[in-house]
Amino acid sequence: MSAAPQKAKAGAEKMDVTVSAVVPLNDLVTRFEFQRPNGERFPPFSAGAHTVVTMDDNGRTRLNPYSLMSDPADASTYAISVRRDDEGRGGSLFMHRNVKVGDAMTITYPVNLFSLDLRAKKHVFLAGGIGITPFMAMIAQLERFNGNWELHYSVRSAALGTYVEQLTSKYSNKVHIYYDDQKQGIDLEALLDGQPLGTNAYVCGPKGMIDWVHATASAAGWPDANVHSEEFTAPQPGKPFEVRLCKSNKTITVGENESLLEAMEREGVDAPFLCRGGACGQCETGVVNADGEFLHRDHWLDADEHASGEKIMPCVSRFVGTSLEIDR
Amino acid sequence: MTIQFNKETFRDDYSFKNSDWAIERFPFPFHEDSYMYSVNMEQHRGGPEGSVYEKRFDVDEHYVSEMEDRAMVLADDPLRCQSLPHMTLAGWDLLELIMVSKSEDYPDLFELHRDGDTWRWVNKPMGIDDTFTFMDETTLPYGPMEYITRQTQGDFCVLDQRDENLWMDAGMITTQADWSLDFDIGMNFFEWHAPVPKAHEMGIFQRALKFLLNIPQGAPARRLNWTMTVNPLLDTSPENYHKWGIQKTTLTPENIGAKQHLRVELQSFFRLPRSNALVFPIRCYLIAFQDIVKSPKWGRRLHRVIRDLPEELATYKGFIDNRPMMLDYLNQFDDGLPTSPGVFPENETEPPLQK
Repeated sequence: MSAAPQKAKAGAEKMDVTVSAVVPLNDLVTRFEFQRPNGERFPPFSAGAHTVVTMDDNGRTRLNPYSLMSDPADASTYAISVRRDDEGRGGSLFMHRNVKVGDAMTITYPVNLFSLDLRAKKHVFLAGGIGITPFMAMIAQLERFNGNWELHYSVRSAALGTYVEQLTSKYSNKVHIYYDDQKQGIDLEALLDGQPLGTNAYVCGPKGMIDWVHATASAAGWPDANVHSEEFTAPQPGKPFEVRLCKSNKTITVGENESLLEAMEREGVDAPFLCRGGACGQCETGVVNADGEFLHRDHWLDADEHASGEKIMPCVSRFVGTSLEIDR
Repeated sequence: MTIQFNKETFRDDYSFKNSDWAIERFPFPFHEDSYMYSVNMEQHRGGPEGSVYEKRFDVDEHYVSEMEDRAMVLADDPLRCQSLPHMTLAGWDLLELIMVSKSEDYPDLFELHRDGDTWRWVNKPMGIDDTFTFMDETTLPYGPMEYITRQTQGDFCVLDQRDENLWMDAGMITTQADWSLDFDIGMNFFEWHAPVPKAHEMGIFQRALKFLLNIPQGAPARRLNWTMTVNPLLDTSPENYHKWGIQKTTLTPENIGAKQHLRVELQSFFRLPRSNALVFPIRCYLIAFQDIVKSPKWGRRLHRVIRDLPEELATYKGFIDNRPMMLDYLNQFDDGLPTSPGVFPENETEPPLQK
């Protein structure tokens, strides 16, 4: 059909926001709150959704995804909590160092790759560190509808326990905190055993924790469909490499500290994306020719597809070798 | 523009008819002289002024009569509308989407007044003025999905999204092209598409599902689908096949221009914000062959498409037996001249019929 052809834009719809609050929570984590100019309302969202924040870092555009952690029923404010990563590529450092109350920023409409299963009779949340953020929104949503939930939250120490106080004072019977520095750990096998039929488990945290929860639940006989995880892979730095973009008729170099997707954007190539974390599949790109080795870091392609060398997810994956040509 | 609503029927005496306005804006589905499946998606963000693509939920002259027909179908068979328990939130999402869209797009016909969770909804064509509490089902005469889709043209599938798949977990289906919500309820995307020929082998559904799973909030999409219906019947359901199937045998060379209708579905897809479900409205437009051929371009093209359609598709779409009679009729309107690209009739520039 071609009733009114419109070229799809890369990425989700964007909206202009103003930074309405910057709240340091501890040594590592700061909350940023946004409002819309002119008092407009935000679109409602579903708990577990993220937004991609555009940062103008001295002329360099950074696009980082963050879970929305505010109450989905609150259309006046969106909030994210950002953990400072001193070793990372600079997005979180930019947020911590440069973003001030009153700044104008651009964020995308919410995209949800980690939604609640609304059929579940009970929701068990397993959070590690900054992985608490999507659960803040999920808890708010479930509280509104009298949902049955419990939270098991692992933090390094009391001093770095983001939102621990708020959660334990409000929901003392449902929230369980585990302090690494006191050698406390979640007794996952016991926790998964004896949950009522129809319970769903959700995990957000470091990769090791996510793998551990999936493996333990699977071994305990849980259906895979009842165990949900969200793992955003930040693009990892790596050796620069050259790519031929056959549709755009360009050859570009991907720098050490940028992703293939970012390099294409820098060169003005309109490549599709949504999550920028290897999870949504939107940026999947065909490989035309390759002589070298792929460093696949996405969660979208399966093992066979990774091995085939026929596809790459430019948002997180890299390449080492003599030549690469992709269908973009 | 003020719409003059028709008083008409889609059953018994079939008094349905399209005005010149409705014929001109009919969503003719063929952009070239042949047809094959494709995912053919585009963004649903308006279209030419006055076209069916312009508004988020098109309202036309058939609105009031279509809603009366829907009420009759539901009175006979309440299972045409179902919503599994976990889909209530998505129902509220849909109610909000439609009320906000219609009140913004047709302020002379619909009004929405919101004061916190107290909402007042005014539907002038149907004479409705209700005040209710958003998210409180007890304040509406039906569940939220049923309430709003009894007031909106088109069928509605409300699809839950989980396990990298879409699930037919709620819907209002009374104007369908021979499929059953009661049969499909709870099925996933591949299960409910299982009867479609060829498309599985072509990988169409894998690609379509990937696209649909990624439809973001604020960026709806649309596509067209089509089939054939004898008599202007909205309810061509399997449940009532014994009533309408037999009517396919009543075509004659004399009545085919009036009785044979092209049935086009304007399908759209919206991400629902609170539930992360996907709503899939399927809006049915009917047009008699004798009205299509008033546009020389459409007459030429329809003949060529129907003539060259693969046999499996003509069988699946249910008109293989009537195809020869259709072609005899349509052949009169095909003089072999080339057609301009695109779906619009271009009556001012397209040459008149040369035979």
